[in-house]
Amino acid sequence: MEANGGDSSEIVRELEELKLRKAEIEHRISTLEAKLHETAAVERLDAAVSNGYSSPAAIEHGLDHGLSPDQIYRYSRQLLLPSFGVEAQSNLLKSSVLVIGAGGLGSPALLYLAACGVGRLGIIDHDVVELNNMHRQIIHTEAFIGHPKVKSAASACRSVNSTIKIDEHVEALRTSNALEILSQYDIIVDATDNPPSRYMISDCCVLLGKPLVSGAALGMEGQLTVYNHNGGPCYRCLFPTPPPTSACQRCSDSGVLGVVPGVIGCLQALETIKLASMVGEPLSERMLLFDALSARIRIVKIRGRSSQCTVCGDNSSFDKHQFKNFDYEDFTQFPLFAGSLKLLPKESRISSEEFKEILQKKERHILLDVRPSHHYKIVSLPDSLNIPLANLESRLNELTSVLKEKEDVNAETGPCTSLYVVCRRGNDSQRAVQYLRESGFDSAKDIIGGLEAWAADVNPNFPTY
Amino acid sequence: MQLTLEFGGGLELLCESKKIHKVNVDLPNGADDLTMKHLLAWVRTNVIKERPEMFLKGDTVRPGVLVLVNDCDWELSGQLETTIEEKDVIVFISTLHGG
Repeated sequence: MEANGGDSSEIVRELEELKLRKAEIEHRISTLEAKLHETAAVERLDAAVSNGYSSPAAIEHGLDHGLSPDQIYRYSRQLLLPSFGVEAQSNLLKSSVLVIGAGGLGSPALLYLAACGVGRLGIIDHDVVELNNMHRQIIHTEAFIGHPKVKSAASACRSVNSTIKIDEHVEALRTSNALEILSQYDIIVDATDNPPSRYMISDCCVLLGKPLVSGAALGMEGQLTVYNHNGGPCYRCLFPTPPPTSACQRCSDSGVLGVVPGVIGCLQALETIKLASMVGEPLSERMLLFDALSARIRIVKIRGRSSQCTVCGDNSSFDKHQFKNFDYEDFTQFPLFAGSLKLLPKESRISSEEFKEILQKKERHILLDVRPSHHYKIVSLPDSLNIPLANLESRLNELTSVLKEKEDVNAETGPCTSLYVVCRRGNDSQRAVQYLRESGFDSAKDIIGGLEAWAADVNPNFPTY
Repeated sequence: MQLTLEFGGGLELLCESKKIHKVNVDLPNGADDLTMKHLLAWVRTNVIKERPEMFLKGDTVRPGVLVLVNDCDWELSGQLETTIEEKDVIVFISTLHGG
């Protein structure tokens, strides 16, 4: 079967190569198409300017709303709506929207915003498309796995509507670039997945006076509201103090049913369209709570702007300079990007390669896996002890007794037993080691990058999820 | 006093994953009304089954929990001093961050 194995890996490799080339060609096509449209538009505009007209196509047809015949045809079903109509469409075409995050929420939001004719659409994300994103991040296709989400999302948006302008920001949003990027847009859509980003984006919107359409989803539930609009509250008015980190979960840690962020992302697009086109009642000072399992949607009244708010309140001194220097990761005790938490000094940590050597040398140790037990059941390293981080405090005696057993057995043979802590990505293991060291386990060290690093650097056959 | 309590955004995990609780709460001794302050203490004792620190901090809810009395933020009705009446629906919801 050796030969067959060789053949199939050859086929897989060639397939991968072809898919990549296909993605590149598709991207090139959509870029060129967009460019062609832009050039055509500029030519039309030039002609118009030389004639002293604002929109030649519109004037030629006796239209004073500025929509071209192509636009009238494309958006006709929206123009036909008495409560929307040509005026709202015209507002939409003149508006610009930035969607932060091209993930579960951003996917449907971006597709609808591109389709409905937002004039300029910005996309910012630092991440690449992964196979385990596909079930919910429906804007991406398999051909883009391993490629930047922004490139993939932009390509999808262009293929839906090549007549709008799409800005690609392939970078992480940070305090250093947020003011500059957000200032280029009329409306901001928060489609991120973590507390520090949410505080940072809200603060930035307050400083720039931009409305913020904020959505969140996890598991089977979603939440939606519009912040900083028309005298309404900002994120900090509602949540002046960040929640404890144990109450902050990402979809990549706790799971999510794909369609749940899909529903919230669609509603974010809807609220954005209402703001941009100036129709309807925005969801400001109200919050929509979506419970998918029980099929309940509740819309509740929330507080208005707080005069005591440290960012948008009456006596707030928060300014752009303070914003740039504000440490949102420290404020929320939560990393901006999965895997970037740095809680421990170097000497309290070891790499997965170093741990492999410890295994090979059969050094006396205990490996403590602090993931939730349902994670542990998916896959684990052999001879590890599972005590989830949430139960570590109450189950500390188990660890003590296991350590004692090892010490007793090996009483005469050299140095004391080392304690290594592992989790999925290397964040919880740091929290565990910090706690263990405070509780007298001085030898505790964590494995940098967790089981993902183990799979990436030591054993490529070790399953990741 | 018949009340409906609802837990969401993950808080239901603190009360055996049950989201809706129909409960009967008696007025505290010597009190004329039931306030949210009383109710929080009652919930802590009678409904919350684990990790109470994920629900309360001091005598109020922990940061990141919204309290809604009849679909209205309790900030608008006096927070801990809000008076609860027969058949009220009180929702405790943890804010979500995922996406």
